[in-house]
Amino acid sequence: MAEHALVTEGLTKAFGGFTAVRGVDFAVRRHAIHALIGPNGAGKTTFFNLLTKVHTPTGGRILYEGTDITHESAAAIARRGIVRSFQISATFPHMSVRDNVRVALQRRLGTQYAFWRSIRSLSVLDDEAMALLSDVGLADSAEANAADLSYGRKRTLEIATTLALDPPLLLLDEPTQGMAIDDVDRIKRLIRRIAVGRTILMVEHNMSVVADLCDTITVLQRGEILAQGSYDAVSADPGVKAAYLGGGHA
Amino acid sequence: MSNTFKIVLVLVGLALVVPFVPGLIYPVFVMKVMCYGLFACAFNLLLGFTGLVSFAHAAFLGSAGYVTGALMIRFGNHPLGMPAAFAAGVAAAALVGLAIGGLAIRRRGIYFAMITLALSQIVYFLAVQFRWTGGEDGLQGIPRGSLFGLDLSSDTVMYYVTLALFAAGFLFVDRVVHSPFGQILQAVRDNEARATSLGYDTDRFKRLAFVISAAVAGYAGAMKALVFQLVSLNDVSLHTSTEVVLMTLLGGVGTIFGPLLGAGLVVGLQNYLATIGDLVTVVIGLIFIVCVSFFRRGIVGEFLHLRRRRAERHKRRPVRNATRDPAPAAEAA
Repeated sequence: MAEHALVTEGLTKAFGGFTAVRGVDFAVRRHAIHALIGPNGAGKTTFFNLLTKVHTPTGGRILYEGTDITHESAAAIARRGIVRSFQISATFPHMSVRDNVRVALQRRLGTQYAFWRSIRSLSVLDDEAMALLSDVGLADSAEANAADLSYGRKRTLEIATTLALDPPLLLLDEPTQGMAIDDVDRIKRLIRRIAVGRTILMVEHNMSVVADLCDTITVLQRGEILAQGSYDAVSADPGVKAAYLGGGHA
Repeated sequence: MSNTFKIVLVLVGLALVVPFVPGLIYPVFVMKVMCYGLFACAFNLLLGFTGLVSFAHAAFLGSAGYVTGALMIRFGNHPLGMPAAFAAGVAAAALVGLAIGGLAIRRRGIYFAMITLALSQIVYFLAVQFRWTGGEDGLQGIPRGSLFGLDLSSDTVMYYVTLALFAAGFLFVDRVVHSPFGQILQAVRDNEARATSLGYDTDRFKRLAFVISAAVAGYAGAMKALVFQLVSLNDVSLHTSTEVVLMTLLGGVGTIFGPLLGAGLVVGLQNYLATIGDLVTVVIGLIFIVCVSFFRRGIVGEFLHLRRRRAERHKRRPVRNATRDPAPAAEAA
């Protein structure tokens, strides 16, 4: 196996005349927690969307475990084990908390097109869904509608749903955005716990989260990599300081 | 036994006695409600359980009606004519559904709806142009044939056969909703991007849902062609496509029984207010305005919502505490 789980080579995305991501060479080490940061408009979200195939790159390649996945569909790369979370909470609001997790588990049964079978055939997954929910502390709300959960708990449910797929590579888009401080700590602990044996790439604004969790940080600015390295190295970088203070026109 | 199945049993039980009390309620009227009720259930499978608005459902109802009717006119005397013509009608609707759905699913929201509308107008145009559809005249005097040796020309026999067909179709729709496939459809309806990120090809699910819905609409259309022995341009018209939206919204979108109730109400109003002529449209229009202004969940939807709220009020306190407590298990981790 290669040392890196995910590699991009010269990844580029242009929207008409505007190049949001420009020739990014980037690699995520296996089993690392890697953060992607940068000022607003740096191209973080576009880069993330390229990795998860929301957008199609206009140039360059994306390699996952050495395989070129540049032209695969979003659903296909999810089946390879690259699962993303969303900036705003992504649950199925009108389904129960347990069914949210069960929908993710269901793919394994291979009966997702079986419109003639009873829904009771899914109850074999109930125990596992409940185990995942108690693992993240949501077991007491299993029967509630996902829409009725608090914001922090919705994000927790999202993580439980993602874990149901047991993905080797997790892409988290601002996992603590808009959260109260208690919830941030809880999500932080949760991420550290689930990172065991997995690779995590996250976009995050909260620097305390980045400092506490991440081994490697990549700073993007105007669609290009500005700096890369450990938190201390990156935060000492004069270019990064300039970019964040708004003074730099490098 | 599920609640749905129990309610269906009660309804079928009630429907069984209808032919014995013709003074109270006409069997032909009940058959019409069953045809439109199933049609609305098919539509609801898309709107309520997949989140897709289609203005093409008359095309499915009508194309199945035309195919079944045309085949019955030619082969109605054959002992297997009726089941074969019926199946051919359903298959034709499914194929039209595959063609329309396959194209429309590439776009979302209002664009999706407009593509279904445009393509269903093509089906209308074809129904006017083709010779085998009878053009402006439609197909009249369609023979009902026989099923397993039962002569369907008797209204009473036809009534019971229609009832059996209806119950089977209705339970089929209920099964699709409550199936592993139905779960993914609800996930797609709730949050399509998330369903994709879990590895589901959402377009394939939507396409299959569209074809199933079209097939069930066709099933209702084939039933209707045999019951009324008539297929006309009205069956493929935009008017029918919008009427089914009204029935579904009135009864309760996304509920199992709502579309059936909505169809019953609309057909009932049309039948019993027939004496006031065109004013029926005004009455139905007013009811629709009241419905979308004051009870948007529809009749069955509002009922279920009230019941759920009452149930929640009983156990509100423990639920609220549970949401406030920081999750203990995660804390311990």
